[in-house]
Amino acid sequence: MPPVLVIARLTVQESSRRRLLLALVILTLIVVGFSAWGFNKITTVTNSAGETLPTQQVDLITSQLLIVVTFMFSGVLALSAAVVAGPLISGEVESGLLLSMLARPLRRSEVVLGKWLGLGILVAAYAAGAATLELAAVDWATGYLPPHPIELTLFVAAEGLVLLSLGLLLSTRLSGITAGVIALVAWLMGWIAGVVGDIGTGLQNQALENVGVVSHLLLPSDGLWRGAIFAMEPDSLIAAMRAAGTFGRANPFAAVDPPPVPFLLWVAIWFALVLGLSIWSFRRREI
Amino acid sequence: MAEVAEKTAAVFPPGEAAAGTPAVKTVELTKRFGRTVALAGLSMTVPRGEVFGFLGPNGAGKTTAVKLLLGLLTPTSGEGWLLGRRVGDLQTRRRIGYLPELFRYQGWLTAAEVLALHCELAPLPRSSWKDEVRTALETVGLTDRANDRVGTFSKGMQQRLGLGAALVGEPELVFLDEPTSALDPVGRHDVREIIRGLAARGTAVFLNSHLLSEVEQVCDRVAVVDHGRVIASGTMDELLGGTAVRVRVTGLTQADKNKLSDFGRVDDEDDQITFTNLNPDRVPDLVAAIVAMGGRVHEVAPRHETLEDRFLQLLADEEKN
Repeated sequence: MPPVLVIARLTVQESSRRRLLLALVILTLIVVGFSAWGFNKITTVTNSAGETLPTQQVDLITSQLLIVVTFMFSGVLALSAAVVAGPLISGEVESGLLLSMLARPLRRSEVVLGKWLGLGILVAAYAAGAATLELAAVDWATGYLPPHPIELTLFVAAEGLVLLSLGLLLSTRLSGITAGVIALVAWLMGWIAGVVGDIGTGLQNQALENVGVVSHLLLPSDGLWRGAIFAMEPDSLIAAMRAAGTFGRANPFAAVDPPPVPFLLWVAIWFALVLGLSIWSFRRREI
Repeated sequence: MAEVAEKTAAVFPPGEAAAGTPAVKTVELTKRFGRTVALAGLSMTVPRGEVFGFLGPNGAGKTTAVKLLLGLLTPTSGEGWLLGRRVGDLQTRRRIGYLPELFRYQGWLTAAEVLALHCELAPLPRSSWKDEVRTALETVGLTDRANDRVGTFSKGMQQRLGLGAALVGEPELVFLDEPTSALDPVGRHDVREIIRGLAARGTAVFLNSHLLSEVEQVCDRVAVVDHGRVIASGTMDELLGGTAVRVRVTGLTQADKNKLSDFGRVDDEDDQITFTNLNPDRVPDLVAAIVAMGGRVHEVAPRHETLEDRFLQLLADEEKN
């Protein structure tokens, strides 16, 4: 097996044997169970005339609630990715675990790529598993399915990968806890900067709008989150928001347009840059 | 640095690298951390198949030297070669084993899995892993713990496991950095036997240790390093040439004792005076001189200088300089 895959396998094995995966699966099942119960309650809500809500209204409420629940899932994923990636390299350097391994014919680039790949597989698997379970639960409870479930999963997974990549980069130089905390704060700041950008759009203030644009370029997690939101919104809602003009765009839990293709291309470049920087940084680290 | 060095052309062509070149060679290898000089121009040669002891007090630069040779640290200046190829060469690392001073292995894996991982990274043919793992476990006495997780091991057992990992693939050169620091006397004895076994099959061993008696028992050649510099090196015989003589004597003044320094370096402690590097033929002259000064000789005990004597003397000389 190529060394990159050996390191990736070790990373997955460690998460599995340290019961991180088990903990995430159990927590996810609990959240999905509760949310299914909650979503089911929407169908029993009655209006002033004592009638249950029409399907269109149920779909609209469900789509909005689903966005909030997905925000929580994406937050858990981003947080977990940042916290796990933070000590991924620095922890093993500090403990001495990497010493005997790096004395083998193992390139440092292979260590970085292997760890990214291993944790990336876990992030993608979690995103896919959690999305499948949650969407199935929502479908069962309300009969609603978001229009683009695959895109939704891809955007949420990509957001997790962004945090994983940032945490890994920081981990090549900083201690685990510092790297994890910085990655987490960066994610929150990225989200807030996105909100600021939305406000700028609403107020038609270019400077505020630029805050959002620049933050999406520096850390594309919020930009990807907007892609996930767009994938969950029914067409009727998008049409209504478009009709509302700039005001309709000033909502951190709404997306009027899908992420532009240049942004998606930039995300691919961003991953390549951050991984390249991680390899460069780790190669120069004294161990 | 490792990556950069990988791309650097080997100094010796592959054919030559296989034989005739020393196991380790360094030329003015230097490492500074900011203003601190960890290693100051280390130049040395370790022949193949020898057990080489690298001695020095804490902070002398021993571990830094090993890490530089393994490409874990980048030298500030100077060069190094392992098995005839530049430090950092990936192919050379297939033929090297390493037990770090800070030994730590995957606690979530079993002992056998850790060893199999090192077989995989070495990389050895998959068909040989089973035998390699079994042999390594037997060698370090962990056969009955093969399927236990490393996280449940004591420090001593983890060090044994690390030694086993360093031995997989029958390396031509093994770096052991304080290999008995966590071991009990039985474990230390076992490690000495393992080192002798390695030497018997022609493996060069680079042994970092403060345990001088251990080094004295197994090493063919030693280098003493202090403040990042080699202050003495040679074979054991070259280093331990002299004989020390301890004399228990009363009735001498301090001035009398000072006059006795003609017989060699004097270590004066109450009524015990030790003369290092004293030729045994001069012992009768020494006794006569003491008696002539009015001293009363109670005991004369010649003894061979130990590595510890020599080591302490070298450090004391270095301190004076």
